[in-house]
Amino acid sequence: MGCGGVARFWREIPQRYNLIGNICGSCNKTFFPPKEACPYCRRKSMGKMQDIKFSGKGEIITYTIIHSASENFQKQVPYIMAIIKLNEGPKITAQIVDCDIENIKIGMKVDSTFRKIQEDGYTGAIYYGYKFRPCNVLVTNNEKEKCETK
Amino acid sequence: MRDVAVIGVGLTKFGELWDKSFRHLITEAGSKAIFDSGIGGLEIDAMYVGSMSSGRFIGQEHIGALVADASGFSHLNIPSTRVEGACASGGLAVREGYLSIASGLNDIVVVGGIEKMNDVGGNAATETLATALDQEWEAFFGATLSGVYAMIANRHMYEYGTTRENLAQVAIKNHANGALNPFAQYQREIKMEHVLNAATVAYPLGLFDCSPVTDGAAALVLCSLEKAKKFTEKPVKIIASGQASDSLALHERRDICTLDSTVIAAKKAYKQANITHKDIDLAEVHDCFTIAEICAIEDLGFVKKGEGGKAVEENITTLNGSLPVNTSGGLKSKGHPVGATGVAQIVEIVKQLRGEADKRQVKDAEIGLAHNVGGSGATCIVHILEAI
Repeated sequence: MGCGGVARFWREIPQRYNLIGNICGSCNKTFFPPKEACPYCRRKSMGKMQDIKFSGKGEIITYTIIHSASENFQKQVPYIMAIIKLNEGPKITAQIVDCDIENIKIGMKVDSTFRKIQEDGYTGAIYYGYKFRPCNVLVTNNEKEKCETK
Repeated sequence: MRDVAVIGVGLTKFGELWDKSFRHLITEAGSKAIFDSGIGGLEIDAMYVGSMSSGRFIGQEHIGALVADASGFSHLNIPSTRVEGACASGGLAVREGYLSIASGLNDIVVVGGIEKMNDVGGNAATETLATALDQEWEAFFGATLSGVYAMIANRHMYEYGTTRENLAQVAIKNHANGALNPFAQYQREIKMEHVLNAATVAYPLGLFDCSPVTDGAAALVLCSLEKAKKFTEKPVKIIASGQASDSLALHERRDICTLDSTVIAAKKAYKQANITHKDIDLAEVHDCFTIAEICAIEDLGFVKKGEGGKAVEENITTLNGSLPVNTSGGLKSKGHPVGATGVAQIVEIVKQLRGEADKRQVKDAEIGLAHNVGGSGATCIVHILEAI
């Protein structure tokens, strides 16, 4: 992360660990990360923004395979980054894991998973958060079904 | 609003300039622009300088004052302001200078743009460029600037059938133009096989799809049009300046393949200039990655959405095409010292409109457009200039 220290990460834990976003009580649009106010309803949404936890299920709308990375991600190359459209609406940028580079494709159904993201040097904090994985690597049929139904 | 003209331009060589410091570069570009304009120096009312990240690249902030100081203007106490909008910092500095004259506050303004990027290593440069993205919700998870543009490219290929070769053709064209530009970082032509066989940076983009890490500076002298004739025979009028913003993160955009900031900035600029895209004779567009040029020619209205790849294939945008794009070599071949880029684009347009572009000269060029983007499209600025 470079600058900001642990507090900068700590205050985003609800979003990064549990995919907490919010919904506008006026127009029902959903947001991730949560917004202070709905950009469409503006002052009508004040006091009406409610936290919600997203299911973590969604679909890949585009992806890339990163070979040239920032310092903290050097050890992970090549890795897949994607934009995922969550079933509830918002789009999100995250890594795709448990998926061979050859198999990744646009339209793939994915589910969120809790992983280590990066660490602040050898002695610094380890940062965790969401990554996504293809639905078909899930272990039980029950999990697969849940992932594939919207 | 008063009319504003460019009366002087200056550029340093772009490249890995190990022997030149930040101060040296901006002073060289600034002096060239001042000599070119015919002003003495004492007439300067204000200075604006675009720089994306001097703090991370050379550990120095407060560069508005530094630039005035290094240029020998500290004892004249000329107000000097740094402007920042990631890779669009230079274009924004031009706009601030333009507005300050148009408003009637200033008569003569020097605008500079600079980045000294090679004093840090490649990884640090990648990390610094990623600060143009959303740090908390893109870069934190491992996204890089090239990675984000690669995701635009991949979606563009998926939706519109744009090919890997189309992307490569942008680089080949821009290198062919850069080969004719003595200020360019890379002055050699490349072939399809070079682009396709290069190492992957972020799939589908390879090394030759990416603009390089560059040191360089550019400068302009702007003047109210009424006074411009006192100094030069060939003032070039700024007939429009349009700016727009969008979400910092690519994933929040309405459409992954459209830079709405470009669409809106261009609309505002065409309206102000009272022209359409058909009146543009040449354009310098923000080709930080090959896909960015394809999106730019679509979003500026030159071709329909999705047909940018085809337009490149049909050679519409080559030096002899119906709409020459990036005659300077673009960011790809001329180099991309991020803060300098937006100013350097205007330098190229002015040279073209004055008929001083030598081997790159577009015949009968009268109206030129410069398009400068910050990050993955969170900031966009479009200037239109006309020879008078």
